[in-house]
Amino acid sequence: MDVKKERKTKIVFEKRLQVPTWINLVVPIVSVFFALVFSGIFLKLTGQSPLTVYLAMYRSAFGSAYGFSETLVKAIPLMLTSFGVAIAFKMVIWNIGAEGQLLLGALASTGIALAFPDLPRILLIMMMIAAAMIAGGLWALIPGFAKAQWNVNEVITSLMLNYVAINVVDYFVYGPWKDTAGFGFPQTATFSQNAWLPTWGTTRIHFGLIIALVISILLYIVLNRTRWGYEVKVIGESRNVARYSGMSIKKNILLVMLLSGALAGMGGMLEVSGVVHKLDPHLSIGLGYSAIIVAWLSRLNPFVIVIVSMLFGGLINGGFSIQMFGIPAATATMLQGAILFFVLGGDIFARYRIKMIK
Amino acid sequence: MTFNMLIAILAAAISTGTPILFVALGEIIAEKSGVQNLGLEGMMLVGAVTGFIVGASSLNLFMAILAAALGGGVLALLHSYVTITLKANQVVSGLALTIFGTGLSGYLGKPYVGMPAPVKFDSVAIPFLSEIPVVGPVFFNHNVLVYFSYALVFLLWFFVYRTNFGLNLRATGENPGAADSLGVNVFALRYVYTIFGGMLAGVGGAYLSLASAPSWVENMSGGRGWIAIALVIFAIWNPARAIFGAYLFGGVEALGYRLQAIGVTASPFILNMMPYLLTIGVLILVTISSRTKHIGEPESLGIPYDREER
Repeated sequence: MDVKKERKTKIVFEKRLQVPTWINLVVPIVSVFFALVFSGIFLKLTGQSPLTVYLAMYRSAFGSAYGFSETLVKAIPLMLTSFGVAIAFKMVIWNIGAEGQLLLGALASTGIALAFPDLPRILLIMMMIAAAMIAGGLWALIPGFAKAQWNVNEVITSLMLNYVAINVVDYFVYGPWKDTAGFGFPQTATFSQNAWLPTWGTTRIHFGLIIALVISILLYIVLNRTRWGYEVKVIGESRNVARYSGMSIKKNILLVMLLSGALAGMGGMLEVSGVVHKLDPHLSIGLGYSAIIVAWLSRLNPFVIVIVSMLFGGLINGGFSIQMFGIPAATATMLQGAILFFVLGGDIFARYRIKMIK
Repeated sequence: MTFNMLIAILAAAISTGTPILFVALGEIIAEKSGVQNLGLEGMMLVGAVTGFIVGASSLNLFMAILAAALGGGVLALLHSYVTITLKANQVVSGLALTIFGTGLSGYLGKPYVGMPAPVKFDSVAIPFLSEIPVVGPVFFNHNVLVYFSYALVFLLWFFVYRTNFGLNLRATGENPGAADSLGVNVFALRYVYTIFGGMLAGVGGAYLSLASAPSWVENMSGGRGWIAIALVIFAIWNPARAIFGAYLFGGVEALGYRLQAIGVTASPFILNMMPYLLTIGVLILVTISSRTKHIGEPESLGIPYDREER
């Protein structure tokens, strides 16, 4: 490996004492650009024109009022899962289970919607939200408890529960909750209109957007202006410092996972109540995984998450629409992974100054 | 349950467990050097798709496996660069790799969905050995990759615990600073072993698309890459122990299919959950029991090596 010896120019990484603000903006943008180039190589190799594909994605996601409204629709549950992931990451708890927590939230709120179709709208929706948050929170508490109690690797447990959750949803939609009038499709009956979130005009944008924006403000306040938010931050930066200053790490792991799962669960509720109005197996489209990227890219800041979720909503939306041109939707997933990769690699420019020494 | 059925289930445990075994063995070696790669799922999928595509176009199984290893290896190279050279967070890089690999494999594999593999690994009974009662049908009536995995377990165990290379490998993961001062090239070794791990993950993936269910299905690894990570902990980072864990998981998965086949009335969705629930249960038990003994986990696992900070 050591081909470069003395007398040649050497590249040296020097730690930055302070990170200039411009770097926090430039690095993600440049990283996204490189991710597009990198994925473009694979597109090119298989005979696609990267530029055409990207333009098609861009046009369908942001090029028209309808397209943008659909992008926002995709962004709403993504904001919720990303908030959830971000709180956990803030404390360096790797909750990779937002996908499953979202599904459990959707499942629980579906249960309420099907059981009480005639309740007044506001009451029914409040109950659905509560059920979704409880279900998602408890689902996340399983890996949270194992982590807090025995220090069991939460990456694996939370992720395994995603696969379990998919099967739980399948069990219900293929079994007890299957719509008898649904022509054999694995889905529940359509909810009564009392369980539908109000939508805006003729679009599919629903009230969940307002809820998500309010949560972003609350979350920012909780994380930055409260004692508990401070504890989460300290524990995330150094477990030892937290321990010496008397903070309970166990209790906070449980709280953080509970909240993280509750938010993801609410994301599931918003999607079934605001968009699909029933539960079907297509609800799991990887929003829990995209949330990891959104949260990291946003540096765990709730306001930035709102913006980045819209961009990723566009990516997901664009991914679906390019299927019309025979390009797999997986292209969007590939792009998301590449973006996270390059942002992660690009972080070195934030942490280090790179110098050439002769 | 008849005796023959038991034999069939044991044999199925091995053939079903082998892909996880390959992946876990690779990850053990990478983690021994101090690099955790949570991108196994992505590397498996890329291995599965490249193996399938090259197999379908060259009709040569050897080339197919080589391509799968290469595919997994290239992804692992990305992980190496980001985590070893750029010293980025290994957990996040691994997740990025899994997401990227899932997308890339789905993209590359699209034209091949629904196409049966033109070439595949068939069972080859080993003369004489396969005629031994019980042992023969359980262990020696499998495809070539299974036999290769037997040899690999022994070779890797020998390499890690009985050679100087293995000593350097373990030193790199335990105490890279000390290894470095003794002239071991920590960076180079971490690169080599991480890429090696990725290559085995690719082979494990190709096992799925060319032996288990000879076809390409999007996301066909179904979490096996993550199960393999749990398996590494279960095996307390010892290649020889990984084989038991892999067959245990293989057995549970195989049992699910058999029970459905003989008409057990459990919901298929509940049976499908079993491997994942087992993984969680086993991981909790292993973590509780090894906590006091402090065994297995390389001391510097997950920590990028920085010469300035040693």
